[in-house]
Parts: sequence; structure tokens; C-alpha cells
Amino acid sequence: MISVSGFLGQLFAIALALVLAPLLSGWVGQCRAWFQSRSAPPLLLPYFMLQKLFNKDVVLAHNASSLFRAAPFLIFGCMVLACAIVPTLSTDLPFAPAADALALVGVFGLARIFISLAGMDVGTSFGTLGGRREMLVGFLAEPALLMVFFTLAMIAQSTSLATIVETLAHRDLVIYPSLAFAGIAFTFVSLAENARVPVDNPATHLELTMIHEAMILEYSGRHLALIEWAASLKLYAYSCLGLALFFPWGIAPGDNFLALVAAIPLLLLKLAIGGAFLAGIETVNAKMRIFRAPEFLGTAFMLAVLGLLVRLLLESRV
Amino acid sequence: MTNFLPIDFLLTAGCAWLVIGLLGLVAPRNTQLISKMLFPLGALVGVGVGLVALDALGGPAQTAVLAIGLPDLPFHLRLDNLSAVFALLLGFVAAGISIYAAGYFRKGEGTAPGLMCLQYHFFLASMLMVLLADDAYAFMVAWESMALSSFFLVTTDHKHEEIRRAGYLYLLIAHIGAIGILLCFGVMTGGMGGGGGDYSFAGMRAQDLSPFWASAAFLLALAGFGAKAGLVPLHVWLPEAHPAAPSPVSAMMSGVMLKTAIYGLLRVSFDLLHSTLWWWGVVALVIGLATALFGVLYSTVQNDMKRLLAYSSIENIGLITVGIGLTLVFHAYRMEGLAALAMTAVLYHGLAHAGFKSLLFLCTGSVLHATRERSLGKLGGLIHRMPWVAWLALAGVIASAGLPPLSGFVSEWLLLQSFLFSPGLPHPWLNMVVPVAAALVVLVAALAGFAMVKFYGIIFLGQMREPALKDAHDAGPWEKAGLAWLALITLLLGVLPSTVILRIDAATRQLLGTGLADKLNENGWWMLAPISAERASYEPLIVLVTIAAMLLLVRWLVRHLYHGRVRRTTAWDCGYHFEGPRAQDTAEGFSQPIRRIFEPMFRMERHFPTARDVKPYYSVKVEDHFWHWCYLPVARAAGWVSTLIVTLQGGRIAVYLMYSFITLLLLLLVARP
Amino acid sequence: MSASIPFSAQLINLFAAVILLLAFAMLAQRRLPQLINLFALQGGALCLATLVAAVTTGQVHLYYSAGLTLALKVLLLPWILHRLVRQLKVKGEVEALINIPTTMLVGIVLVMVAFNVALPISELSHTITRGTLGIALAVVMLAFLMMITRQKAITQVVGFLSMENGLFLAATSATYGMPMVVELGIALDVLVGVIILGVFFFQIRDQFDSLDIRHMEKLKDN
Repeated sequence: MISVSGFLGQLFAIALALVLAPLLSGWVGQCRAWFQSRSAPPLLLPYFMLQKLFNKDVVLAHNASSLFRAAPFLIFGCMVLACAIVPTLSTDLPFAPAADALALVGVFGLARIFISLAGMDVGTSFGTLGGRREMLVGFLAEPALLMVFFTLAMIAQSTSLATIVETLAHRDLVIYPSLAFAGIAFTFVSLAENARVPVDNPATHLELTMIHEAMILEYSGRHLALIEWAASLKLYAYSCLGLALFFPWGIAPGDNFLALVAAIPLLLLKLAIGGAFLAGIETVNAKMRIFRAPEFLGTAFMLAVLGLLVRLLLESRV
Repeated sequence: MTNFLPIDFLLTAGCAWLVIGLLGLVAPRNTQLISKMLFPLGALVGVGVGLVALDALGGPAQTAVLAIGLPDLPFHLRLDNLSAVFALLLGFVAAGISIYAAGYFRKGEGTAPGLMCLQYHFFLASMLMVLLADDAYAFMVAWESMALSSFFLVTTDHKHEEIRRAGYLYLLIAHIGAIGILLCFGVMTGGMGGGGGDYSFAGMRAQDLSPFWASAAFLLALAGFGAKAGLVPLHVWLPEAHPAAPSPVSAMMSGVMLKTAIYGLLRVSFDLLHSTLWWWGVVALVIGLATALFGVLYSTVQNDMKRLLAYSSIENIGLITVGIGLTLVFHAYRMEGLAALAMTAVLYHGLAHAGFKSLLFLCTGSVLHATRERSLGKLGGLIHRMPWVAWLALAGVIASAGLPPLSGFVSEWLLLQSFLFSPGLPHPWLNMVVPVAAALVVLVAALAGFAMVKFYGIIFLGQMREPALKDAHDAGPWEKAGLAWLALITLLLGVLPSTVILRIDAATRQLLGTGLADKLNENGWWMLAPISAERASYEPLIVLVTIAAMLLLVRWLVRHLYHGRVRRTTAWDCGYHFEGPRAQDTAEGFSQPIRRIFEPMFRMERHFPTARDVKPYYSVKVEDHFWHWCYLPVARAAGWVSTLIVTLQGGRIAVYLMYSFITLLLLLLVARP
Repeated sequence: MSASIPFSAQLINLFAAVILLLAFAMLAQRRLPQLINLFALQGGALCLATLVAAVTTGQVHLYYSAGLTLALKVLLLPWILHRLVRQLKVKGEVEALINIPTTMLVGIVLVMVAFNVALPISELSHTITRGTLGIALAVVMLAFLMMITRQKAITQVVGFLSMENGLFLAATSATYGMPMVVELGIALDVLVGVIILGVFFFQIRDQFDSLDIRHMEKLKDN
């Protein structure tokens, strides 16, 4: 039942994720610099960073435990799994049955727990603060994300991501107003989950505002490289998820090799536009106070619930 | 005696537990004998109970009649699939806790070990009897023995005032609950319609109650069993009694005893009553949601590690009740497929919670022994001194946070799936409210993650907050074995959901007439797809293997391609040299966002330091609203009524006799046929 | 399964959903100028919904009402309101009596109530877009909520106008518009109402040096 071509496609999708993820981060950084009239860093900067970090020695705090050392590998593993589940090029993924949309949220949650715990491990004030804030963002974002998935799952009558994308991509032209709500909510959640501007600022080490950076302050060398790579994989997974759910055109339906090849440039194009859009959001918004974040994510949650209700009102009886 | 049926074996096991308990009285102070002989024996019996129950699952119900009891009132016993699921839970979890207890009880702590051994095994035997009882009389006897023995176990350290108080509160609420259950049985025997009712469960099943009396019975059962399970507003004993009891007892109460209440609720609402009304489900759903949200919010703000876990148990019971409510709604509308899904989630969460919560309570026991400290504010960094406990606790934490690939996630996944496929309920209001309820369930699960990170991070990670923690030591071999056993249960329940569900499906089938087995058999044992593989599937084993494989592969690759060099140095202190362990976030600090966002949910007393304080300090005390809303008014009213009654109390016997005489006279006058 | 409803009805549903979304955005918005812009957008969505209904059914008066909506609610009224804000020098922040997350939570409950209340009514209607009746009712209720929870007089006017949008949507979706005379009458009413309220604002401000409606409490007899 698992075809060879499907398996190869799966491996290819994972490899593509590993390669493209840092590129996407670099592209967002570049766009951000352009929009802000700064001279942009090179597109390949994240690769250079990874290379440099892998070559450097790991400098551990005296107090760092085994959990601290294991966490980067675990988080990386979780993110690779997430990228394997999200349909990027085709919906024929042997890995897809391993985890549906709900389990995907769980996998992200697992990574979040580990990074928070790792942040608390060394026992500096920043690490705990970051861990606490990460969990704060997490428990607010998770319900909103699941409500988005619920809306989609109701449309597709399935929680399997592959089925959802297939339903949405290969349908007659039907407008789902609920998707508009879900889409906006998903954007909010993605910004929060990926430590992007209105909630967190990935480019700052300003002490009182940071979340993600605060947790990983003690990491160095290959550990830091893996964490950064995992972060860009997470961004890639969220971007692909958003593109697959709300702009699903062009994703290959099965193990059709030609469609698969055709899907690659389309994916690149969509990612480029998506990255620029993200950079745009980050440019026109200012980072908000940490206690505005609940309001922001609360809004996302409300929108997702509203989408669900609109779905039930307008679309269920037809 | 033609053949030895499982029910006979379970009865023998119960007797064996009683005998083991009594043996403890032979030499009550001989710790060596009791802990190294009797507790492991008890654990062995536990494994036996679990195996027999596993074997009995799917088989026909077996009955037995014990001649003990009052004349003409024998004990009816019955082992059916529902009992077997819970006996399975009891046996396997009790085995882990007993092994742990073998290493836990030491000399000179509170009650003599022999007495403790008696109470503990009596507790186990009475729980088993609750599961086997097939008439109201046997059930109540077992139920009360369970309450009493656990009361004595809670008050092991009875020299402390607050422990005695906790025990009293527990006993009080246990009895309020028992009254509810008794009345519920009374209603169900059909005594209302005239004619003496049949007190056996078989008689109750045969009764055809009117909707009004059936609803009354359901609500009484919900209140009665809810008091035992810790549903709001009858939860107040739980956060008092669990920290007061020794850790193995807390583990047993939280992991197993609360589940007997769930068992009772299931027994009454699905087995003994037939005409399910849809609003029962809504009531259970709302109470369950309130309990879950309340429990998890309070668990995030606790500073005592066992209280934190106690509130987390309230949360889990809430989630189970949500599942029961959903099952009732589906069952009432004859949507049996979905009802089976929700019911499976209920049973699975019962099993999962029994495993991981016992594990976590036992871990707190080890921490308590190693440090003599229960307050989170004085712990920290224990992963360096107690790596075994720390890593095994991590399994409990991940399961409790409801994350893949461990056990908590499976039941949450099933519960959410049953929520998700609820549209199609023939009631528009329900159709819209149910998805929002699902959102709240997710919020609860995510908050549980917050609470668990706090629990684990503050106890095991960071720097040691007190110098004395340097002398902490890891758990002994017995304790490690017990923890590992429970962690193994958590892992197996996490990665082999289909296998487990195929076993416990018999109980679902018994209660609802349909189960998930057919659907599950269509796919491989590694895949959990309760409806169909296209609609929803989850393969925890693949998740686990992928993450583990990636971990090893990446580690190997990085070492191979680059290097594995590590240097150790001091942590970065921001150029501020005085950053000691005190600069870490405190337990109070960690939960500050929750207190702030959900401020109206808490009753807080805070003191903030000001610039002019000579001795500046910060303190925050979070109290339960329910004390002030429900309990204190009742207590005050009771006090007021008592002062009124005091005036009747003259002290002269003649006056008292006159009261009796007048009462008798009045009764004779009033009560005429 | 959804393919059975015609495309135009889907479009109307979409615009109705956008109107609801904007009603929520108005509930969450803290700044006054943005609030007015959101109102203008809501008017725009309403105008488009009416236009689609007009094209589908070919009823001429619906074209007129679409035009009227465009002129009045997208252009004229927002312009007047912006001018008022400028002239009155109102501080840009909207002060809410209840905090915004709670308001939104209440809003969700209201939407659920509205949807369920509207279900039996929409069974009576025969138009293809009757599902939007629930949305229209929800918009009315959300506008009410906004008027209740906000302190500034101007936000109350915006709430009032948003409520009118909801009613208009209800009329379009349930019966394909009201008779032209009624529509024109309402439009004029709204216009005159806003102008009169504008005059009132100046009066209120002269009296109390503020537009905070809490000051009105002083007017009662003691």
C-alpha cells in the first residue's frame, strides 16, 4: 500500500524542507530589510550561520543537564516530522496517516515543551522568563489553531491534512466564507507561533521583550544551529500549511510525477510571495506588549470560532 | 467446583490482599518484613488481578453470590466487561504503586508500618469489591470501606493539625456523596411506585423508571459520584487530602480511587438506567468543562507540588466527565457510533490518567523523601541529583500535558475526534455549542501543558534554590522499579492505542451495543483510525520512532561531519555578578501570566513591596472561590442553626424525655393512614 | 454538496460573512479613526452584496439601494464622522466600559444566539440567501453590544449606523430589499440623525468639555 514512488516523494519533500527552510528565513529577512530601506543581508545568510555554528565548539553552562543537551535534537526531530506531514508538493505522503491535523498540533506542542524546559534548565532569569512566555503564547495559540483545523475538518469531513488539502484543491469553485475567518485566524496564530513581530521579535536581544531568544540564550555551537534550523523548519511548515490550506492550487493529487515536478516552481513562487507578505506584516506592525498578546491571540481564537459558526450557519444545510 | 472462573480468581485476589494486610499486624513494627515481603506480594497479586481482568475482557459476564452479609441479604457479585476494564486499571496500577511502596515506607514515620499495610491492602480489596458488587448493598458496603480505609491512610501523619483537618473534610464530603449514591439506588430500586424494590443491580435494570425519576437518579448519581471524583463544587477535599496523604496513597487515590467514581457513574447512567435524556449529557458536559477549566487554572498557580497534581487530577476528571456527557448526548440521539468513540475516549483517559498521575505522585514522593520539601519555591535542579526520577517524571509530564506520543494524547485525540464529528445532532443549539466546548477542551489541554512545564521545570531543572538540595539522592531500586513500571504503562498506552482499544472495546460494546473494533480491525495494529483512515488517523509508534530516529541520526551525522567538542563554563550572567539561584523565576512568578489573564477566576491576596518598606516582601495567596461562595455560607448557616438548637438543650433529663414524648404524640396524631 | 447553491448566493454569503467579520473588528478596535474606516468598509461590503443581489435578480430598485449605500455609508457618513472627530478634537482612543476580550466573548455568545434565533425565521423565507438572515441579526446584536460597552458618543453613533447596516442586510437577504420608499426614508432618517447627533456632540462638549457619555448621568433629576 505504500508505493515506492510515494516513499521517494516523501523523502524528497523532507529533503526539500530541510534545504528550503533556511532559505525561506533568509528571504524573509531580506524582504524585511528592503521594506525598511536597509541594505539587505545575503539570501544565503542562514546557511552560512548554520555552517559556522556547526563548526564551533559547544559551550555549555556548568549547570546544564542532559535534558538541555538532548532538547535540540528532539526539537529538530519534531520539526522534521511536522514537515513530513504537511503536504507541500503532493498529497500522496506515506507519512500522512501517522499524524492528522490534531496530532500535528501535538507534535508542535511537544517541541514547545522541550524548548521551554531547555530554557529553564540552566537556571538563569532569562531562560525561565522565556520558557514561561513561550508556554503563555502556546496555550493561547493552540486552541485557536485547533479551531482553524476544526473548521477545515468540517468542510472536508476529515482531520487528515492530505484529505483536507485534496478536498480543497480539487473541488468545484465554491466560496467558503468560513475559510476567510479561518485564514485570518491562522495568520495570527502563525505569527505568534513563529515568534514574529506583533508578538515577538526574532531580530532582537532586547531583554524585556524577547521570548524565543530568551529561551535559547544559553545555547551555542551545534545545539544552537539545530535550534535555529528547527525554528526555520517550523516557519516553513507553517507557511506550507497555510499555503496548502488556503491556496491549495497546484499541489499534485497523487503520485503523478509530472504534476510533482510542476508543483515545485509553483511552491517556490507561493513561498516567495508568502515570505514577502510576512515581511510586510512585520514591517508595518510594531511589537506589542506581552500582555497584549493574549488579546491578539484571543482575537484569533474568536475569529476561528466565528468561522466555525459561519460554517455551521451558511454551509452546513446546503 | 468444575472450573476456576476469573471472578473466582478476583475474589481470591481480594482475599489475598486482606490476608497480606492482616499479616502486617503480626509484626507491626517490623519494617523489613512488611516492606520487603508484604508489599511486593501485594504487587504480585495486583499483576494477577490485571492479567485476569485482561483475560476476562470480551468474555461473558460471570456472577457469584457470597453468603456473607446479613441474613437473606447475600452479596451479589458480577464481573462484566465494564468491571473488567476498571479491574485491569486497578490491578496494573496498584502493582506499580505497591512495588514503589516497598521502598517508600520507612521506620518511624507516622502510623506503624504494619497498620499502614493493613489499611493499604484493605483499601485495595475494597476497591476491587466496588468493581465487582452487583447489588446496592454490597456496593455501599465496599464503597464505605473504601472511604474509611482511605481516610485512615490520608491521616497517616495524624499528629499534624492540618492533616487531621484534611482527613475530616475528606470524610465529610465522602459521606455527602455516599448519601447521594444511596438515594440514587433507592430511586432506582423503584420503591417510588409502591411495592418493595429489588436492591440488586439486576432488579434495577429491570425497572422501567419514568423520565422524571430516571433524571432524579441520574442527577443523584452525578452528585454522589461527583463528590468522590472531585467535580466542582464538591472538589474541595481533593487538594487538601492528596497532599496530606503519603505519596503512594495519593497516587492510589488519584490514579485509582477517582476512577471507581467514574466507574459508578458509567454503571448507573449506561447500565442501570436505559432511557437516556439528552439534557443529562449537557449537564455532565457543562459540569465537566467547568471542572476541567477550574482544575487546570488552579493547578497552574499552586506552589505545592502535590497540590498542583491534585488540581490537575480535578482537571482530568473534568475531561472524563466531558466525555461522559458527550457519550450521553450521542446515546440519547441514538448516534451509537459516535457514542462509542466518546466512550472509548472516556475509558482510555481513565486508564491513561491512572498511569501517568500515579507516576507523577510517586515522583513527588521520591522528591519529598530526598529533600523533605514540598514547596516548589525551595526545589530546583534535582535532575542532577535524581536523574532516574527526573527522566521517568518527564514521561508523566508529557503524558499529562496531553502530547504525543504518550498516553494522554490518545484519549484527548479520541475526545476531540468525537467532538469534531458531532455536527448532525438534531438540535441546532447543541450543534453550535458543542464545537465551542471542544475549543475549551483544547484550552484546558494547553493549560495543562503550562502547569506541567511549571511542575517539571521548577522541581527538576534550573539551579538548586536551597543549598540543602545538594544532599538529595536518587530513589532506591524498589522505587525506581515502581516508577519504571508506571512509565512503561504510560508508554504502552501511548504507542499501542489500537491494541488497547481492541481489548477494552468489549466494555463499550456492552454499554452501547456497538464499538470501534470493526473499524480498527480494518487497519494495522499500529494505526488508530476510529472512523476510517481517510477521515482521521494517528500512528503514535511512527511518531515516536521518527523522532527517536531523527535524534540518533542527526546526532551521528553532526558528530561525524563536524565534531562533538564541548566546553563547560559559567552561564552568561548579563554582566551582573550576583545572579544566584534566587534570580530564577519562582513558582509564583511562573504562574503570573495565568493569574493576570484569568484574574476573575481566582481569589487573591497580594502584598506588593513599596519603596519605603523596611523589609520589602512580595507575597501572593490564591484561594478557592468555592470556599467563600458555597462552603463558608453553609458552615455559617450550620453554626447558626446549632446555636438555635442549643436553646433546647437544658440538661435536665425530664425535659429531654418530654421532647421525645411530644414528638411521639405528634407523630401519632399526624401520621395516620 | 455545496455546489448546489448558485455562485451568486455564495458571493452574497461571502460578503455577509465579511460584514460580520467587520462587525467583530469594530468591536475589537481601539482607535476612533480606524473604527470609522471599518464602518466604511462594512458599508462597502453591504453595497457589493446588494449589487450581487441586484445583478442576480435583475430588480432595478436594488441597484438604486446599492448606489444609495455607496453614496451614504461608504462616502458621505464616514466623511462627516471623520470631520466630526477632527473638529471635536476627540482623543483617538476608544474607551470601553468592559475590557475588549470579554466583549468579544459576549459577542461570540450573541452570534450563537442570533444564528439559532434566526433559523426558524429563515425557514419562512424563500430566497436563496436566507442563511444570511442569521448574520444580519448577529450584526445588529453586535452593534447593540458596541453601543452598550463604549463610552464615547461617537462610537455610539457608529454602532447605531452599523446596526442599520445589519437591518439593511436582513432586508436584502430575506426579501430582496424593501420597497424603495421605505429605503429612501430610512436613508434620509439616518443622514438627518447623524447630522442632528453631530450638532448634539458640539452641545455636549460645550457643556461638559468631553464626549464621555458618563457625564450624561449628571443630567438626571435628583
